[in-house]
Amino acid sequence: MTETATLGAIALHGVDVHFGEGKTAVQALSGIDLNIAPGEFVSILGPSGCGKSTIIGALAGFTPITAGELRVDAERVTAPGPERGVVFQQHTLFPWKTVAQNVEFGLKMRGVGKAERERKSRAILGSMGLSEFLSHYPHQLSGGMQQRVNLARVLVNRPRVILMDEPFCSLDAQTRLQMQELLLSLWHELHMTVVFVTHEVDEALFLSDRVIVLTQRPARIKTEVTVELPRPRTRDLLTSSEFVSLKRQLLDLLLGSAFAPDTPS
Amino acid sequence: MESAVQSAAVSADTSALSADEATLSVPPRATAFSRRLRPVLVGALSIALWLVAWQLASVHKWNFFFRFENIPAPTEVAAAFAELYAAPKFAAHVGNSVRRIFLGFSLAAGLSVLLGLLIGRFRVAAQSLFPPLEILRPIPAVAWIPLAILLFASAEQSMVFITFIGAFFPILLSTIHGVEGIDRRLVYASLTLGAGPLDVFREVILPGALPSIVTGLSIGMGTSWFSLVTAEMISGQFGIGYYTWEAYTLQQYPKIVLGMITIGLLGMGSSFLIKWIGRRFMPWFKPDASAT
Repeated sequence: MTETATLGAIALHGVDVHFGEGKTAVQALSGIDLNIAPGEFVSILGPSGCGKSTIIGALAGFTPITAGELRVDAERVTAPGPERGVVFQQHTLFPWKTVAQNVEFGLKMRGVGKAERERKSRAILGSMGLSEFLSHYPHQLSGGMQQRVNLARVLVNRPRVILMDEPFCSLDAQTRLQMQELLLSLWHELHMTVVFVTHEVDEALFLSDRVIVLTQRPARIKTEVTVELPRPRTRDLLTSSEFVSLKRQLLDLLLGSAFAPDTPS
Repeated sequence: MESAVQSAAVSADTSALSADEATLSVPPRATAFSRRLRPVLVGALSIALWLVAWQLASVHKWNFFFRFENIPAPTEVAAAFAELYAAPKFAAHVGNSVRRIFLGFSLAAGLSVLLGLLIGRFRVAAQSLFPPLEILRPIPAVAWIPLAILLFASAEQSMVFITFIGAFFPILLSTIHGVEGIDRRLVYASLTLGAGPLDVFREVILPGALPSIVTGLSIGMGTSWFSLVTAEMISGQFGIGYYTWEAYTLQQYPKIVLGMITIGLLGMGSSFLIKWIGRRFMPWFKPDASAT
């Protein structure tokens, strides 16, 4: 339990991302410099449409970077890989696979035997309270359960880095809070680096060690805030005075960025 | 004969009525009844009424726009039915058609699903294979008949070819459509979970396109029967289409209707088979299934 993560370091140096060519060209990211330590929980906060998700795409290896350098554990990122798990906004469970088959997918791809796969998927689904749903299909589950299975499918592979793109924003407030608490306890247990994209100040503060605030498109890093709230964090924290003052500080930064006079018209 | 059909319709009618009364007196069974039995009874009653109308129109030789004077009555068709279903020649006609469908449709399904997956997935395949197919696609299968006769040594082969053409394009287009409709995020998700290109194909592209493929297969089954029957009428020896056309030229009118009904039943049976296979392979494809 006390072991600390040694893998999962992320380094971005002068990363630019452009989409399209000619008149329709759009720059999504501009000169992103960011270092994330192994085992750190970092949130990326910014106005909608600013290019937050592009960072996830670049880290995951879907979105090629136009300039700069992007490394995970000193290795240049060029393609998707199982050491970098991704959780999207909407669940991406395979509709044709049962809950257990979905969770076992990554293990199957690595050539893990059937018995071992079943043992691991049962264990992780059990720990998430999904033991009774092993042979259900995704469409038979609620939104919160689907996102839990999605998380289990990524975590069962023990990735060094987990990239989350507004994973809880389509859930209702109550379920979202439960998912946030679940994520924190899993993160504590599994020692992985988390990059968590969100547009919600509360969520970023509640979860993270550090919050990176982005500007409007093309996104640059506007500022970063270190969150020194004690861990383990519980929902009581959300109404504490330190939390509220940090939240006010972040909101000012965020709204300032949204209504800045240099906003492209 | 005539009265037998009518009395059958009447008895169906009364049984429906008495069943209705039963539901009134025993409320707990009402749900099971209305769910299972009632649709069957209503369907049977509807078919019976149509038969009665047809019988009356034929017997009284009604001519109101449709000319019923030469149309055989259901009872005559039933007589031809009883006579011919036992005859080995009729069974041979049906057997011929079924074999042609089986061959042509299977070839078409195999080839078009494979091509459709490639065209839908790989740009190179789309650019090289799709344009020639797009030129051929609007040509109805029937228009291929003269060329098919020239292309193949035997009439048998040319008819299998027409069946193939009939099924090929609907299945191809549905497969391409199915592959293109796959949520890209599912492909990304599989890649981040360590899937290689072949895994993506087997685990994501194929199952993801399956609902569309099954739809294509059931449309293709319909069009391949359509094409086959036409081909048999024009160039056939044996086969249910040939049988139906021959009945017309020999003025054996009840046999025309018998042939038509048989074609209908064969089409219905084969599309039922496709649906059944589809359900077997896609237990997950039930958007309205309850979570129990």
